[in-house]
Amino acid sequence: MKENQLTLSFSSLAENVGIARMLIASVGAQLDFPINDIEELKVAVSEAVSNAIIHGYHGRSGHVVLMELEIDDDALKITVSDEGCGIPDVVQAMQPAYSTDPERMGLGFVFMQSFMDELHVDSAVDKGTTVSMVKLLNRAASSPSR
Amino acid sequence: MGSVEFSLSRMIKEGFPGMEKNIERQTLLLRLDGDLDMKTAETLRQAIDNEIERRKVRTVILNLEKVQFIDSSGLGVILGRYKKLVPLGGKIKITNVPAHVFKIMELSGLPKIIDFYQTEAAAREEGRGAQ
Repeated sequence: MKENQLTLSFSSLAENVGIARMLIASVGAQLDFPINDIEELKVAVSEAVSNAIIHGYHGRSGHVVLMELEIDDDALKITVSDEGCGIPDVVQAMQPAYSTDPERMGLGFVFMQSFMDELHVDSAVDKGTTVSMVKLLNRAASSPSR
Repeated sequence: MGSVEFSLSRMIKEGFPGMEKNIERQTLLLRLDGDLDMKTAETLRQAIDNEIERRKVRTVILNLEKVQFIDSSGLGVILGRYKKLVPLGGKIKITNVPAHVFKIMELSGLPKIIDFYQTEAAAREEGRGAQ
């Protein structure tokens, strides 16, 4: 059963990254995630959204980033998608320290992978990229119906 | 050599919610307030690079006490300033890092190459590797 879903569609502007983080922090708090987990969710979302703007759209405004949240009995699923340039080699892009820019650390996917229970990246050149992340809800203790 | 000492403190509204700046001789102290992400990273990069070029700053102390959030964009700008300062014989020092921010920095490996200090005073002293 799908308990809740939220969709945030926003322009590819740097100031919207903070808004995306605020949304995930609010949802995380509502789901009773510990503060530490909420911090990690914020980092994972920040990385995914920043990647969409910086790499997908080359930092250009006027494009749209979509963030979709789905909450069911077991998990919080976060999908961040863009219709930007796409990633030619996803496996290479996901390597630690891989970066196309010397000012960056190539840690975006490392953080997403470390902080989430599942991470999938679908990308097609000139079509866009979709990052899907799952954080499991640990409700076993508080939910006698399960 | 005449010691030119001055300090200025100002809030930069655009980009960073708060950045307090103080320069003494060749040491730039920045007290940051807000989130260090892709929005603010560029402002921080420019603020530091300007002082490296204009005032020949060689030591940069970043006080992160009021930084609530950091991601790879923020870490990248710090690493980038480290890479810029080292060939000039300079260094970057980080102080007063909140625990949850330090955790992210630790995962990035940044504390292995940059010195962290509990306080600004400790960072001003020449002792290396405190934390």
